[in-house]
Amino acid sequence: MSTFRQARWDEPVIFELGRPNRRGFVIPAVEEEIKQIVGDVHLIIPEKMKRKNPPKLPELSEVEVTCHFTRLSQMNYGVDSGFYPLGSCTMKYNPKINDTLAASPLVAGLHPYQQEQTTQGILELLHILSKWLAEITGTYEVCLQPAAGAHGELLGVLLMRAYHKKNDEIAERNEIIVPDSAHGTNPASASMGGFNVVVVPSDDTGCIDIEALKSAVSERTAGLMLTNPNTLGIFEKNIEEIAKIIHDVGGLLYYDGANLNAILGKTRPSDMGFDIVHINIHKTFGTPHGGGGPGAGPLGVSKVLEKFLPVPRIGFDGKHYFFDYDKPDSVGKIRSFYGNVAVLVRAYAYLLSLGAEGLREVAEVSVLNANYIAKKLSKIRGLELPYDKQRHRKHECVFSAKPMTKETGVRALNVSKRLLDYGIHAPTTYFPLIVEEALMIEPTESFGKEELDKFAETIKKISEEAYSNPQLVLNAPQNTSCTRLDEVKASHPKTMALSWKMYLKKQTSLP
Amino acid sequence: MQALGIQSIDELYKDVPEKFRLKHKLNLPKGLSEFEVKKHVEEILSRNKTATNMPIFLGAGCWPHYVPAVVENIVLRSELLTSYTPYQPEISQGMLQALFEYQSMVCELTGMEVANCSLYDWASAVGEAARMASRVTKRAEVLVPKIIHPERDVTLQTYAEPAEIQVKHVDYDKETGRLDIEDLKTKISEKTAAVYVENPAYLGFLETEADEAAQIAHDKGALFITGVDPVSLGVLKPPSEYDADIVIGEGQPLGNAMNFGGPLLGVLACHDDVELIRQMPGRTIGITTTLDGSSKGFCMALQTREQHIRREKATSNICTNEALCAVAAAVYLALLGSQGLKDLGEACMIKARYAIQMLSKIEGLKAPVFDSPHFKEFTVNFDETGRSVQNVHENMLLYGVHGGKDITKEFPELGETALYCVTEVHSKHDIDRLVTVLEDVLEKR
Repeated sequence: MSTFRQARWDEPVIFELGRPNRRGFVIPAVEEEIKQIVGDVHLIIPEKMKRKNPPKLPELSEVEVTCHFTRLSQMNYGVDSGFYPLGSCTMKYNPKINDTLAASPLVAGLHPYQQEQTTQGILELLHILSKWLAEITGTYEVCLQPAAGAHGELLGVLLMRAYHKKNDEIAERNEIIVPDSAHGTNPASASMGGFNVVVVPSDDTGCIDIEALKSAVSERTAGLMLTNPNTLGIFEKNIEEIAKIIHDVGGLLYYDGANLNAILGKTRPSDMGFDIVHINIHKTFGTPHGGGGPGAGPLGVSKVLEKFLPVPRIGFDGKHYFFDYDKPDSVGKIRSFYGNVAVLVRAYAYLLSLGAEGLREVAEVSVLNANYIAKKLSKIRGLELPYDKQRHRKHECVFSAKPMTKETGVRALNVSKRLLDYGIHAPTTYFPLIVEEALMIEPTESFGKEELDKFAETIKKISEEAYSNPQLVLNAPQNTSCTRLDEVKASHPKTMALSWKMYLKKQTSLP
Repeated sequence: MQALGIQSIDELYKDVPEKFRLKHKLNLPKGLSEFEVKKHVEEILSRNKTATNMPIFLGAGCWPHYVPAVVENIVLRSELLTSYTPYQPEISQGMLQALFEYQSMVCELTGMEVANCSLYDWASAVGEAARMASRVTKRAEVLVPKIIHPERDVTLQTYAEPAEIQVKHVDYDKETGRLDIEDLKTKISEKTAAVYVENPAYLGFLETEADEAAQIAHDKGALFITGVDPVSLGVLKPPSEYDADIVIGEGQPLGNAMNFGGPLLGVLACHDDVELIRQMPGRTIGITTTLDGSSKGFCMALQTREQHIRREKATSNICTNEALCAVAAAVYLALLGSQGLKDLGEACMIKARYAIQMLSKIEGLKAPVFDSPHFKEFTVNFDETGRSVQNVHENMLLYGVHGGKDITKEFPELGETALYCVTEVHSKHDIDRLVTVLEDVLEKR
């Protein structure tokens, strides 16, 4: 039995803490002279706009606030807590120096509209970073603005739109093709960008079905969105043919960078024929994910698409860096300012630490680790490795717990929950959709053999439990801050409460 | 490698076609030690001048406010910082509860009942809100004020275009800057999905007739969307009180540093209305219980709107958001409490007022351009000085003072005008120095 126990504070919701008029922070007092000159502040605020009922914010001392959120943090699990094999999310270690540098007042205290002569340092850093990312992906130009991977995808789709519009073909070209193994963001981005989504199936090797692709393409095809290696961790070996099929009908090829970690320094998306590439900085380049964000999703493009990128671009005249707004074909903007700079500074430091060789090693070790896990888990009862068993995986491997479910009633979800009991984060569960009872495992390069062995042993133990005492697994987790939650209740119109206010209201109206 | 029976790592890459295998080493610098990395990055960054070296009077969507040490400290707690999206709620209660508390505080500020746990920023939130309104009303036109932040305007149009939503601009009153109610009446129709107003407006003044705009929108069956600077909501009435259906805004000033404009924090809240909630973009956290009903817990709610479930039919493609910035905002608001937020709003307003009064005394300057009450930002017109904003600001830099944002090109009809911002971080000394420097610069031709 695992000795892991996550903190279990009976921590009240913050609104239940504190006392009226308690304060955790004092706003600097306005100088008396100012008050004398300006007069009563209440006369400045028009009566009509004045707030009569103050917001019911919690009222806590500094100590109470610190304790509350420290306790909450103890009821959370990050990469720094341990092994985090969440497939497709590349939960690698986030080097601390990068956080230190990003938190520097030299970054934090910069306003985006400062005159360029006062921001030469950050402009240089961002400019160089974009060149490095272009080199890594093989693209012509990289735009740093997207705030997340899906934001990069949206921009990529908008570029496809702009490109076909420029060619006067947008009316006909209204379809984007995605494989059935694609991340959910791909079809969602395509649809948000105004396209219809056409799904093509995978073949029995887990790769895109070439014949199906051939029959799916037409003069309506605007492009194909693909991740390579795909979400099964399998390299799309027919990528050259895929690219040709798409390009021959006048479509563009989009690379979803979620799985870029596997190929750093080994091969490059643009060399394989991709026209547009997004990069998940918070996955591949080791910046912390912050419990959901902020990340950054820079977008690299081929030469023909460069003119459509959002403004401003960062230019360099040989002496000075500057913002270039003179891009008449630009799609406009997808957010304010220039990107998630504090995240990008971390990526710059990350690349500086690793260099070309270090980066290649990242890919190699991550792939080695995934294959090691695949090998070890293949021997475990109740699990099977669907699709081409003989082929090596890349950065991740997807197992199916179907046999176990059939034989014991223990599902992939239960295996995941039981892993939590052992102090290991769960793999991605039930994705990709083409694998029944999927467990998607991405160990990354960060952890050594001991940790991988421990993970495999734990999975083996859970399998044994499933066959000997399935109830134990079905009841998991027990060692986390709370046991299984009623997720249906959270979304049911009668009980759903998305704020404390809504919760209190529903509580009083309940019988 | 032994376990896998391979001699070299390259055997794992056998299936990458030979012609695509990278033959050369990437053209990147050689890896450096931590000490060298630190030295190198600090050396580049030291070429910046920041708000710690000089008073900066810039706002316009990213504002200088003090970030308390507790906030910085909490968001560096690595259990929060290095965690992923809380897909496994049992082991992620901390993040889920913090985000639920953020949503709840946003609801308190805005007067709404429902909030999501973040969008990228205010600009993308305008785009998302317009699309949401269009889905709810099944109409395809939004009306926005002519005085809107140009970056928000462009972002809105970028988001609106693929959804075939038309963006139309409503004129402003030349005296007050506020939305021209008569023009709104002529432009609104049965095609209008939403009317959008910002409060305070981009140029700092208050839209005191927001309630009328809301009425006009609702009479035509359109939704009313309000964009806010949440810092103002300790002193200004919440948008719920002038009948907003959806409230969006920029949460950066709540405990997040400027960071050269990113990350930011897109706020989105709405009423407890099933039609609105179903069309809401982004992740939202709900309160629930354990399956055995023994204790309270938190998990993601309404995931069936989101891309990982609904794919091409999702309400938005957003996945990674700005969760940690939302946690910062929650910590910040918990520290301030309602009284602290009121003090903050009053400090901004009174100091901005002081700056306006002092700048108005300088010959040739007009501050503000519009005859309206202002919050923490205001316009300064330089026409009478015969100098350009750009020229004046460059000269001010020689004195180590950074002026406001030059908006001459954005609103040519306002002449040589800049948008200044004053918050609680600007002391009387800073403001007086701004005045002295401006006097000096304007005297020297």
